[in-house]
Amino acid sequence: MIHALANPTRFLKLARPLTPVLFWAGVALAMFGAWAGLTQTPADYLQKESVRILYIHVPAAWLGMGGWTGVAAASLGYLIWRHPLAYIAARAIAPAGAVFAALCLITGSIWGRPTWGTWWEWDGRLTSMLLLFFVYIAWIALARADGERGGDGRVPALFGVAGSVLLPIVRYSVVWWNTLHQGQSIGLTSSSIDGSMLWPLFFTIGGFTLLFAAVVLMRMRAMLATQKVEARMRRMAAL
Amino acid sequence: MGMALDAARGGSGGIAAAGRMKAKHQRLVLGLLALGTVAGAAGLALSALQDEAAFFYAPGDVAGKGLPLGKAVRLGGMVEAGSIVRKPDGVSIAFVVTDGKAKVPVAFRGVAPDLFKEGSGVVAEGKFNPDGSFTADNLLAKHDERYMPPQAAGNMHKTETLDK
Repeated sequence: MIHALANPTRFLKLARPLTPVLFWAGVALAMFGAWAGLTQTPADYLQKESVRILYIHVPAAWLGMGGWTGVAAASLGYLIWRHPLAYIAARAIAPAGAVFAALCLITGSIWGRPTWGTWWEWDGRLTSMLLLFFVYIAWIALARADGERGGDGRVPALFGVAGSVLLPIVRYSVVWWNTLHQGQSIGLTSSSIDGSMLWPLFFTIGGFTLLFAAVVLMRMRAMLATQKVEARMRRMAAL
Repeated sequence: MGMALDAARGGSGGIAAAGRMKAKHQRLVLGLLALGTVAGAAGLALSALQDEAAFFYAPGDVAGKGLPLGKAVRLGGMVEAGSIVRKPDGVSIAFVVTDGKAKVPVAFRGVAPDLFKEGSGVVAEGKFNPDGSFTADNLLAKHDERYMPPQAAGNMHKTETLDK
């Protein structure tokens, strides 16, 4: 499956029609989830209305971490199978992941002020998430510098794999250390968020995830098109 | 690591298809080894950080290890039910922080966050006094991972416990 898609022509044939489908489905789900989260759910017994930022904060955190999982997996795939499309995928995912990591930090900060009484504290969860954001920025800068110097992307790919060290740290920071941030609310089979408040979250998580996928496909298609243009320019210059 | 991968690729260069497959598998093994090493390194670093990375002391930690006197620290736990005393000056509060193992009396002057109340979590920033009490110059509210509408919370208010 992955090997079949590693062919750019076959990939484009699938990505071209898939992009608008993912994009509009994502917009619809995210809009519905946000509307439902703002108007159709009860306020929290403790935090009152400010709990509603959850419907943006949680998808942002999920995609901030999911994005790096994608960068690391694509980097590993590139190192092992040497397929250029894997590296293109890593470069397409990184900025989108960085945006969601930033959104997670910003919404968390806004949420922290009324609930905890602080915009920012250096606790394990907040600090490790900020580090993940910095790792994204460093990776983007490194990949760009590598490209400008005519590198083949192996150094950024190694960094992409090594950076995945942060993922379990972010995930388990609230378990290993005592932190200001509360523990995990959503497990694989259970949730400590009451059902009446939980359901719109699935719509925003699903919607933002589809939007993320659409943006990644758009960026990959643009990168492939740029490569094609550059190759053609080189051929014309050689004639 | 990079050099090893270089060698693996170099080896695949001129040889036949069988050789190329082998180089690919070699890289797969190297890649998985790298992932394992990264995970192992993370585990080691984390176990070393265990105590240092804690955001606050719990009353039980302090009772076990002695008071960290003379430096700014954070003390976290639950505000004991019925322990909040508001002084007549309107800005001073006294309360007791507990983690089920030990208790620490805390004195605070200032504005407490909205979520600061009896039976819920608090992180106090300040210093320990030689007598074992704590003087806070800032309070942070710590809530747990449960979210629910007010109706559902009806009985849970009274039975809240520290989540660790």
